[in-house]
Amino acid sequence: MVKGRMLQGARAMAEMSALCRPKVISAYPITPQTLIVEELSQIVADGDLEAEFINVEGEHSAASVVLGAMAAGVRVFTCSSSQGLLLMSEVIFNIAGMRLPVVMICVNRSVSAPLNIWNDQQDSVIMRDSGWIQLYAENNQETCDLLLQAHKIGEDHRLRLMLPVMVCCDGYLLPHAFEIVDLPSQEEVDAFLPPYDPIYKLDIDNPTTMGAYADPEKYMETRYMLQETMKKSLPIIEEVARDFSSSFGRTSYGLFEKYRVDDASTVVVAMGSMAGTIKDVVDELRDQGEKVGILRLVCYRPFPKEALYEALSGAENIVVMEKCISLGASGPVATDVRSVFQGRPATPRISGFVLGLGGRDVTMDNVRYAIHKAQQQLEDADFVGLKEDLELEGINA
Amino acid sequence: MKITLGTVTHPGGSRVNKTGSWRTANKPHFLHQRCVACNVCALTCPEGCIFGTGQNTYYANEDYCKGCGICANVCPVGDIEMIPEAGEYG
Repeated sequence: MVKGRMLQGARAMAEMSALCRPKVISAYPITPQTLIVEELSQIVADGDLEAEFINVEGEHSAASVVLGAMAAGVRVFTCSSSQGLLLMSEVIFNIAGMRLPVVMICVNRSVSAPLNIWNDQQDSVIMRDSGWIQLYAENNQETCDLLLQAHKIGEDHRLRLMLPVMVCCDGYLLPHAFEIVDLPSQEEVDAFLPPYDPIYKLDIDNPTTMGAYADPEKYMETRYMLQETMKKSLPIIEEVARDFSSSFGRTSYGLFEKYRVDDASTVVVAMGSMAGTIKDVVDELRDQGEKVGILRLVCYRPFPKEALYEALSGAENIVVMEKCISLGASGPVATDVRSVFQGRPATPRISGFVLGLGGRDVTMDNVRYAIHKAQQQLEDADFVGLKEDLELEGINA
Repeated sequence: MKITLGTVTHPGGSRVNKTGSWRTANKPHFLHQRCVACNVCALTCPEGCIFGTGQNTYYANEDYCKGCGICANVCPVGDIEMIPEAGEYG
């Protein structure tokens, strides 16, 4: 392992992707994802990775190219953000339905309109119902670590998972930031990740159709198969994280990371890079004697209900902080966390806060405010950090 | 019947889907009186489910026929007519 290189996040992710030996890479540039595939195209052009880098005219085609290539039996990689991911969405559902373990990075960015290129997690959260495993990283090191694990999880034969995996990282905050990252050697990656071994593939000597027509007599079973397989993947995700931790000497958290949670009466639940800020607030409040912790969700789909119940049932207050909103309802993560406790003995108060949309900074003040507000009263989809000096037509003007 | 991962099927696998149940009102009736075996009905059938080997031998496989009526419309000798389905439509 090459220890401690100072790398821009996008470069580290591109190198990690190349170490996984994808045979076909296809992507279309969109901010803030572009850097990753620029680096990858350079790696391929330099002859450092034996792969086809296929330029396309849009994200729908990029996703279709990796779908087709994986159907033909090779490992693939793609990457997108925001509007690009939305344009892919039709193919995203097809990839899951065709049980092709495609791996992609979603560099999280807000969704238009209005046009905004900065970070929140609305884009990938919209895709939560697609049948993809979704893993959310806190930093560049974890994005790389999850990328390697993603191939191994999705391609697992033992339970015939064959599920696509989306590794999500916060736009700008991670891929554009320079951090020290440890990348494994090719030998270490090869020892951890065996070559892709498809269960079915397109083959002219044994022709098949994939994702074939299923009428009302069969379609529902295909959805049931995906639902059951998603649930079965939970222990595989945990096992691959344990394997990773022992192989590379660095902890990978599997379903979620618990930070000062075990004796906490107030537990924040959050995903992605804002967990770093929240951990600082947790430390500060702990110093003042408050029993606060944070559970950082890594695996959002499948949603680890049982493990979360066990981890959170001792809390009095659960404070969900998320960078997304199901407009007209609540934060999707808060809604999911509430479902964990439905009809169960533990009944914590579960408040939901929306922060950091479209690149708004998530400050320590925001986090303190949300925690203390949730300790006083139940909140649902409460927007934290709104500018009070702006007049909002139809709302207060 | 087994549903494979990703509904992978082999050629001809869709034959198990008996889509003739989608037919609503009418189905073709081959009169077998004036047929000249021109094969136009079979060639124009969008389901590819009309077969025949010579004059007055053509028939539609009702497991797949949708009752669109193209065969009756194109038959140059008027040897195919559309008739109501049996049962509640008959």
